[in-house]
Amino acid sequence: MDLILIALLVLGITGLVAALLLYGIAQKFKVEEDPRIDLVQEVLPGANCGGCGFAGCRALAEACVKATSLDGLLCPVGGAPTMEKVGAILGMEAVAADPKVAVVRCNGVCEARPRTSEYDGVRSCRIEHSLYVGETACPFGCLGCGDCVAACQFGALSMDPKTGLPVVDEEKCTACGKCVKACPRNIIELRKKGPKGRRMVVECVNKDKGAVARKACLNACIGCAKCQKECAFDAITVENNVAYIDPEKCRLCRKCEAVCPTGAIHAVNFPPRPAKPAESAAKPAATTVQNTPSNPNTPIEKPIEKKEEQA
Amino acid sequence: MKTFRIGGVHPHDNKIYSAHQPITECPLPEKAIIPLVQHIGAPAQPVVEKGQKVKVGELLAKAGGFVSANIHSPFSGTITKIDSTIDAWGMRMPAIFMDVEGNEWLETIDRTPDVIREFNLEPKEIIDRIAEAGIVGLGGACFPTQVKLMPPPGKKAEVLVVNGVECEPYLTCDHQLLLEHGEEIMIGIQLLMRALNIQKAVIGIEMNKPDAIARMQELAAKTLGVEVCPLKLKYPQGGEKQLIDACIGRQVPSGALPIEVGAVVDNVATIYAVYEAVQKHKPLISRVMTVTGKSLKKPGNYLVRFGTPLSQVVELAGGVPEDTGKIIGGGPMMGRAMTNIDMPANKRTSGLLFLPEAESRRVEPENCIRCGKCVSACPMGLEPYLLAKQAELQMWDEMEQHDVMDCIDCGCCLFTCPSHRPLLDYIRMGKAQVGGIIRARQAAQKK
Repeated sequence: MDLILIALLVLGITGLVAALLLYGIAQKFKVEEDPRIDLVQEVLPGANCGGCGFAGCRALAEACVKATSLDGLLCPVGGAPTMEKVGAILGMEAVAADPKVAVVRCNGVCEARPRTSEYDGVRSCRIEHSLYVGETACPFGCLGCGDCVAACQFGALSMDPKTGLPVVDEEKCTACGKCVKACPRNIIELRKKGPKGRRMVVECVNKDKGAVARKACLNACIGCAKCQKECAFDAITVENNVAYIDPEKCRLCRKCEAVCPTGAIHAVNFPPRPAKPAESAAKPAATTVQNTPSNPNTPIEKPIEKKEEQA
Repeated sequence: MKTFRIGGVHPHDNKIYSAHQPITECPLPEKAIIPLVQHIGAPAQPVVEKGQKVKVGELLAKAGGFVSANIHSPFSGTITKIDSTIDAWGMRMPAIFMDVEGNEWLETIDRTPDVIREFNLEPKEIIDRIAEAGIVGLGGACFPTQVKLMPPPGKKAEVLVVNGVECEPYLTCDHQLLLEHGEEIMIGIQLLMRALNIQKAVIGIEMNKPDAIARMQELAAKTLGVEVCPLKLKYPQGGEKQLIDACIGRQVPSGALPIEVGAVVDNVATIYAVYEAVQKHKPLISRVMTVTGKSLKKPGNYLVRFGTPLSQVVELAGGVPEDTGKIIGGGPMMGRAMTNIDMPANKRTSGLLFLPEAESRRVEPENCIRCGKCVSACPMGLEPYLLAKQAELQMWDEMEQHDVMDCIDCGCCLFTCPSHRPLLDYIRMGKAQVGGIIRARQAAQKK
């Protein structure tokens, strides 16, 4: 009996001394930390993707707590709702930012872009790009090895076996920008999602002169500038033989899409056009102007009659 | 017999196809495209205009910086445009387009076959003539030669190492040049010794070229300070650092240039060009290239003027064989498969190799079995298996710590790997990335 008692006492006293010692040390070397950092970190998604520009979610949380305003701080994964929650914790107003999405600016599908060689090296776009033009004659287009797919942490990218091009799942894409960095040809761009996900995109980055570009790919932008002339809002610039639509200025009128001779301009997420005879091809484009909700951010220059959507 | 100390492999040399084929001149094309980037460094800046008539040897483009080279007209004719063209790998490069008319040379160029032995020039004059002639290292890297001849302050050249190794399988152009123009090369060596103000030169030649060794030994016996160093067969003996180790037993430290151990290395083709530039006032407008392959009808060594479409040289060699699977620009170890044989010949094109379909397929890679063959084969003493994995995982900092920048792209690791792992593909990509990071860091430090 005594033996058990002594053992318990010795153990108990040792434990007590150790506990006091540890408590004392913990108090002495305590790191003062803003408790809000933990709170903010809790509302962040915790993917540690680095899309915000910081090294993981905790770093962003620290930056948010330190900052005087949330301007410029954005978790692309969580988006506006998350930033609102962060704002609520810190008592600051979240700055609304347009949700963005990754856009693949290459439409060189297999039929349009004939294969000129066979690549049998490592399946990596970065390596293939450093070696040569790729399996087709276009030195700017998608190589199709899927570096972007491998870089995506959210499973938002996949290769379409039919076209050989990556497809973005807009629901899953968080616009973290990893794929943009992974693509050695700078084909992927983060663009504003647009109202109802609708946007106009030039799906080509070929800087070659028209004839050369077209020889390599039937869907290439040939830099003819027809779209630039057609655009009433100065949203299109043609530089280095390739057109670019400024998402801030674009009013989604779809006129450029109609005039593009190679079909390089794509209208994404628009309802299908009603089939009309060819001679009035320009007119339906005009009507769609009225149908499309105008961009809320750009001031309306011309008053546009708003009709109810037909689609 | 001497060779370099670390690593190396023994690929079959396959030189029988084109060895001892006399150098044949390629006929002039009707239209020529002269690329403005034919060397390492800044592109040359064109000094001619559209519509201008030029003669053979006239300056077309001036060196665009310290590390750059002049480009001269290989033909007489009219400049039609200055535009971009497609290189051997499908990428775009700036070039001067020309319609070839006749074959009218500048009067200052000596076109007689006589060998001019006497020279009485100051080192500065020789270097100036080399720079003016646009001579670059014709061994493959195309580094402007005049830059090598001007050692940085505090460094002194002691010995000229002449690269007559031609360790790359299949290629025979340097071998043939040694046989046909040995005398001129010997004069070129003396010119370079004078330019560098040194008394010693060593010519490294591998044992598979006994006739070239005999010929050069015979000539060296009559020349003061020049000796021939026969070398054991091992790839990559023609690498600058390997050759210095093999010939004079000095090891260039990691990250340093050969001048650190007092050596300057030049290829025999470069030295022949130096002779022509200094003694005959002929700028670098042509080179000898090997066109070879097992099924090629007429493999051989052809003298091509820059700007001639390679397809024309191929025609001369009997056309593309039917069973061709890959056309490689350069040799099989360091060369790269080409997608466009209409591309113009230039200072870089040392050879064209036609590989049959059966030999051109790469073997499906398997897992690394940690045998360490790549480590023992690497002539730079690197760990290729580790570097390749780091590149795959994008660990750039670690790659830099493991000296990836020392890699000379020789391909020994890939050649020796029993699992056929694409080691070089990964390492080369990683090297490019790390190089970019280092340059960015240096640029940031300067600011």
